[in-house]
Amino acid sequence: QQHEDLSTKKLRLTKPSKSAALHVDLCKATSPADALQYLLQFARKPVEVESVEGVVRILLEHYYKENDASVRLKIASLLGLLSKTAGFSPDCIMDDAINTLQNEKSHQVLAQLLDTLLVIGTKLPENPSVRMRLVEVACKHLTDSSHGVRNKCLQLIGCLGPVEKGVAKEAESQAAKDVQKIIGDHFNDQDPRVRTAAIKAMLQLHERGLKLQQAIYSQACKLLADDYEQVRSAAVQLIWVLSQLYPESIVPIPSSNEEIRLVDDAFGKICHMVSDGSWVVRVQAAKLLGSMQQVSSHFLEQTLDKKLMSDLRRKRTAHERAKELYSSGEFSSGRKWGDDAPKEEIDTGAVNLIESGACGAFVHGLEDEMYEVRIAAVEALCMLAQSSPSFAEKCLDFLVDMFNDEIEEVRLQSIHTMRKISNNITLREDQLDTVLAVLEDSSRDIREALHELLCCTNVSTKEGIHLALVELLKNLTKYPTDRESIWKCLKFLGSRHPTLVLPLVPELLSTHPFFDTPEPDMDDPAYIAVLVLIFNAAKSCPTMPALFSDHTFRHYAYLRDSLSHLVPPLRLPGRKLVSSAVSPSITPHEDPSQQFLHQSLERVYNFQHLDPRGIQELLEFTIRDLQRLGELQSELAGMADFTATYLQCQLLLIKALQEKLWNVAAPLYLKQNALASAAAKQILEETYKMEFMYSGVESRQVVIIHHMRLQAKALQLIVTARTTRGVEPLFGMCEKFLQEVDSFQRCFISELPHMQGSFVDKLLDLMPRLVTSKPSEVVKILQTTLRQSTFLHLPLPEQLHRATANIIEPTGESDNPLRFTSGLVVALDVDATLEHVQDPQGTVKVQVLYPDGQAQLIHPKPADFRNPGPGRHRLITQVYLSHTAWTEPCQIEVRLLLSYDSNRSKASTRIPKSTWSESLEALPPSENGIEGTIPFSKPVKVYIMPKPARR
Amino acid sequence: GAGQDVGRSCILVSIAGKNVMLDCGMHMGYNDDRRFPDFSYITQNGRLTDFLDCVIISHFHLDHCGALPYFSEMVGYDGPIYMTHPTKAICPILLEDYRKITVDKKGETNFFTSQMIKDCMKKVVAVHLHQTVQVDEELEIKAYYAGHVLGAAMFQIKVGCESVVYTGDYNMTPDRHLGAAWIDKCRPDLLISESTYATTIRDSKRCRERDFLKKVHETVERGGKVLIPVFALGRAQELCILLETFWERMNLKAPIYFSTGLTEKANHYYKLFITWTNQKIRKTFVQRNMFEFKHIKAFDRAFADNPGPMVVFATPGMLHAGQSLQIFRKWAGNEKNMVIMPGYCVQGTVGHKILSGQRKLEMEGRQILEVKMQVEYMSFSAHADAKGIMQLIRQAEPRNVLLVHGEAKKMEFLKQKIEQEFHVSCFMPANGETTTILTNPCIPVDISLGLLKRETAIGPVPDAKKPKLMHGTLLMKDNSFRLVCPEQALKELGLAEHQLRFTCRVHIQDPRKEHETGLRVYNHLKGGIWDGYPASQIIPKKKKKTLNLDYLVQHLPDGSITVESILIQATAHSEDQGTKVLLVSWTYQDEELGSYLTSLLKKGLPQSTP
Repeated sequence: QQHEDLSTKKLRLTKPSKSAALHVDLCKATSPADALQYLLQFARKPVEVESVEGVVRILLEHYYKENDASVRLKIASLLGLLSKTAGFSPDCIMDDAINTLQNEKSHQVLAQLLDTLLVIGTKLPENPSVRMRLVEVACKHLTDSSHGVRNKCLQLIGCLGPVEKGVAKEAESQAAKDVQKIIGDHFNDQDPRVRTAAIKAMLQLHERGLKLQQAIYSQACKLLADDYEQVRSAAVQLIWVLSQLYPESIVPIPSSNEEIRLVDDAFGKICHMVSDGSWVVRVQAAKLLGSMQQVSSHFLEQTLDKKLMSDLRRKRTAHERAKELYSSGEFSSGRKWGDDAPKEEIDTGAVNLIESGACGAFVHGLEDEMYEVRIAAVEALCMLAQSSPSFAEKCLDFLVDMFNDEIEEVRLQSIHTMRKISNNITLREDQLDTVLAVLEDSSRDIREALHELLCCTNVSTKEGIHLALVELLKNLTKYPTDRESIWKCLKFLGSRHPTLVLPLVPELLSTHPFFDTPEPDMDDPAYIAVLVLIFNAAKSCPTMPALFSDHTFRHYAYLRDSLSHLVPPLRLPGRKLVSSAVSPSITPHEDPSQQFLHQSLERVYNFQHLDPRGIQELLEFTIRDLQRLGELQSELAGMADFTATYLQCQLLLIKALQEKLWNVAAPLYLKQNALASAAAKQILEETYKMEFMYSGVESRQVVIIHHMRLQAKALQLIVTARTTRGVEPLFGMCEKFLQEVDSFQRCFISELPHMQGSFVDKLLDLMPRLVTSKPSEVVKILQTTLRQSTFLHLPLPEQLHRATANIIEPTGESDNPLRFTSGLVVALDVDATLEHVQDPQGTVKVQVLYPDGQAQLIHPKPADFRNPGPGRHRLITQVYLSHTAWTEPCQIEVRLLLSYDSNRSKASTRIPKSTWSESLEALPPSENGIEGTIPFSKPVKVYIMPKPARR
Repeated sequence: GAGQDVGRSCILVSIAGKNVMLDCGMHMGYNDDRRFPDFSYITQNGRLTDFLDCVIISHFHLDHCGALPYFSEMVGYDGPIYMTHPTKAICPILLEDYRKITVDKKGETNFFTSQMIKDCMKKVVAVHLHQTVQVDEELEIKAYYAGHVLGAAMFQIKVGCESVVYTGDYNMTPDRHLGAAWIDKCRPDLLISESTYATTIRDSKRCRERDFLKKVHETVERGGKVLIPVFALGRAQELCILLETFWERMNLKAPIYFSTGLTEKANHYYKLFITWTNQKIRKTFVQRNMFEFKHIKAFDRAFADNPGPMVVFATPGMLHAGQSLQIFRKWAGNEKNMVIMPGYCVQGTVGHKILSGQRKLEMEGRQILEVKMQVEYMSFSAHADAKGIMQLIRQAEPRNVLLVHGEAKKMEFLKQKIEQEFHVSCFMPANGETTTILTNPCIPVDISLGLLKRETAIGPVPDAKKPKLMHGTLLMKDNSFRLVCPEQALKELGLAEHQLRFTCRVHIQDPRKEHETGLRVYNHLKGGIWDGYPASQIIPKKKKKTLNLDYLVQHLPDGSITVESILIQATAHSEDQGTKVLLVSWTYQDEELGSYLTSLLKKGLPQSTP
């Protein structure tokens, strides 16, 4: 007590504002409205951790005095807010809070107080006795007549109720023993809100790890028929949870003697909810169906079953008819009226119109009025089909149907779903037909998703392949911009079905046994598309090249060169393999090129005691080798480039330092200075590139990169020291540099042992001296350490990829200038693929350079980025151009930039948490935050012509 | 009408003394008096207005509203007619069209006139969805969305706590322009449902749509012309939307036309009543109203001869006359062309002939028309199928179901199913038949607050689940029920309070003095004698003691004893001094206690005196 007084007193002296001011205010308040105003004002400002308790005491004191319920309510809510303050332990105010409950009459205030207790309870997770007490308090108030209070009580029990049986046994009283039972009793509460809260509390207990009892299941089933949607919605969730907990238990079917597995029963019940009256419940039910994978296949397949009838006669569905037609080998004539005429009579007794089972749940879900439900149903189908191939086969028809949904999102979702399950399925011709019809869709996303789908589908017949090719070519003529994606699609289609393509080759290449046919135009995208298909099929079908005509071989050579990513190396008669494909038997470790990479690096690191000339030469050679290696081996490109850049930095550093001329008076050697400062600048740039352009960089590399940057900064300091007169500006610079060294040490303290003999290592040894010495001395020390420091070995991570961007559109080939009236804007479509870019939405920018040097930076909308695959992104956006009038057309440059911000450097997220929290406090956040951009795509030139406005 | 029959829907409902007429349609199959419902059923000679409280029209199809002007203007009805806003807007167009055909084309007389339609529409009160309309103090109606056609609604009619839901025609699966019917769990006493497709479970809509689009697309790509004969309203709009979106999606260029006139007018209303359409149209109309067709243009007669592919919607739907037939004759000769029949065709029409596979048609003037074009049939219907009907019943949870608007044989099946699945009784009256349904109405009674508070204070805490016994006086006065405390009732009714007392004499052999006998009795009663008392058995044992004291036993100075309100007086017997007469008297409220005491005293007093 004494101590507490002391601390509050001290607090009032140092920070007199908060609690004291509040106290004064509350005392001044003449009416409840006034007091409420003060409290509202008070709530707007944050409260320091130390003063929380004092404030709470004052509030409580006032609480007891207050007669007005609204003010008490506000105080109660403030108590809750205050207990949330980070670093404040609310156990000291718990007793008071519980006490206040006892005399409270207003239901609203009671509910609010319980809420406060909930906050307090959640803040004290390691204190079971406190929790027990709170739960007991809540149980006591469960009989309250207000729904709000009961709501909060249940919530509190759900959040704080004991989870482990063993611990609870001793500590608690009889009442609190079985929280599940207490909550379960409120499943039948008269207020729907309380029922919902009860179910939610139960779910909360489950989330916290309590194993729910199976007995709840029957109770929950009854709740499915509740009048209120939120109750039903929560009940569906609860049933799902139970079905996951006890999938194999047996439950009886009411009104019969049979018994089924619980998961099947639950599945049936949730299926039933797919045709609920409220769409919220329907969405919920449809979503949950997807995750019930233990359900038996018999039930699963029922979900797609809907027995049709017409005038009491059994009728086949269109799907069945299509299938039958297909298997009987003829296409639908579709000309007869009675084509779908019902066949056999049905026994009226056998028809069950509303089945309690799973019948037709997905049929209903997919036909639902709300697209949210349809999407949920498609997702669920996807998940279930992934786990069950036979179901995948069955649901195919329905998914194909969804390709014609009226809402694009649904169409897209179903195409994606189809792609995901495509391993399990083979498309029938009639299904393929429907799928291909969607190729003409005007939405680019749909078409591209469909191309992706075609990449990984299995087609059963050669007609199917032909059909696909014809439709894709049709697509190509209609939307020429789809070129790339169609080619890619055909590449996979060819390599997946070589035997189906083989009989089509003569027709596709329009060769004739006797006559020479004219040579097709090599630049025709359609012809290229056909060739891509054939060449990829030929890769695993050695007999195919025999069917090629002469020009085909020539075209092959051309395409192999120009579109090497689409055309595989072929073993052609009389020709050597163009590039030596790495045979799969060699593991990456034995890969010669990888070996080469490591060897050359080894060499560099080992021979660092060579004379400066030698080192320089060695570096130069190695850099050249690495760059070439990167060009040849695409999978090593990231690694090779990364190291080459690093070596380049080192080379620049050595070059800048090794000149003996440093020792001579500065002003005479301007050239030298220029070289050194340019080198420093370039090293800085390169280090940023290394840090931000590569994905897969680990903290080990980040240290080295930062170290290199530090060296560059040191170099910069030296150069400036030499060129500037006077000492004044140097003071600031030195201090700044030392600060950076300091922060480097803080950030990478764990890595320092690995940096023996390095620049930093030496620098840190000299630190005490540096701090006290004059700038000129500092510079001198830096210079010597820089020179003496060893070259750090750059360890390579497992995977390293360089972020690349390729602007597909504009192509930069057009000679027709884009004409527009000056002062107005013209929209330029930009389409680019990005690879290995992390968080493209935040980092990728478009830069437009005008001939007059004016540069414009455009941030694309987050929605413009699509994510077609892991590590790949696609940017499709519009850039608005505008300029004053020109006399003649001129070219502008468009390129993509990667922006970075060294504050959110990778280093900061990678270092261990403990050191981070320390450095967080010490580091002023914006101290060395440098924002910049790295161009990472080739610029594309666009011809534009702003015309003067006509008057 | 509409009893075991399709056409001239007209249902009379009497509910709690109110009479409501549901729909007022005509029958397509008849051209004589049978085409309209027989309104003499309602009343023979009185005015209809006196008898009917209101008329409700579910939607604008003529078999649901076709007889309305005849009924209101020619038979004479001036009461309110309720329908939704779109129905009110579109209904007169159709009526006018119907009138024109019957009067101008067929030359009938004694039919309603344009003016009558206008006058009739003046009596219409338009309602919004889910709006509760008070027809009078007790009768209220509420509309629910029904799909089917624009503005179709289901109506809930409620008097006191009795209610009826009339579905009209409805559709439980959404289509391209309308959503699905929906109703909340209103638990009506009776659900009157249509049952057109009582024995059908339909395939998914998507297959049909896909087939339709594929066929149209293929023909157009071949350079052929597609003719789609439709009726002006309903399906025509759905197919327009379907084709329009498809054209948009697929970037097609071939022109689509629809015949001018009625369809154009109706489209105008579809544009206006966006809130009645489905989710997609409602969500996108801010960018673009789906009914403002980009690809669909008005048709001109001259266009039929234009070269190149085109799609034409033309009326009427069964190819029996008018524009659709003209175009059909022009195009029938070319096998590249196609005609798609989106609905049912009556026997005898050209549509029916070609659907049944006839290839050579005899036209008027002995011309033979050879049909080379492809003929397709696509069923687009907007009624709920058996599953849909069951689904609606499940949603609404009615206590009784009544089926109308369907064929008797089919209804029989559905009726059996409904009774089997939901365990509710189901009816299917024929035309002219009356079904009486007993309801179990609850009668609300006002209770005075004072009484309520006083009564709830007695006994255990009120539990919502358990019924609670209360004492009070039920006052039925001025058509209202009130529960008041007896004193107030007496005051209100101006009656004096009478007390009913039971008296009983018990003879006891006791030679002592009167007051001594009294004292003995007093002591006896004060002792633990309550074990045999019936009320004490329901009281828990441990409470018995405390309760015992609650019965206030008093010995009054005049020698009489009171136990609560029970008075016991001991007097000497006039003849035999040794016998004392105990006079026991109690009010009827304390009957139980009184009779117990009497029986107790009859057993005699204990011998041992204190």
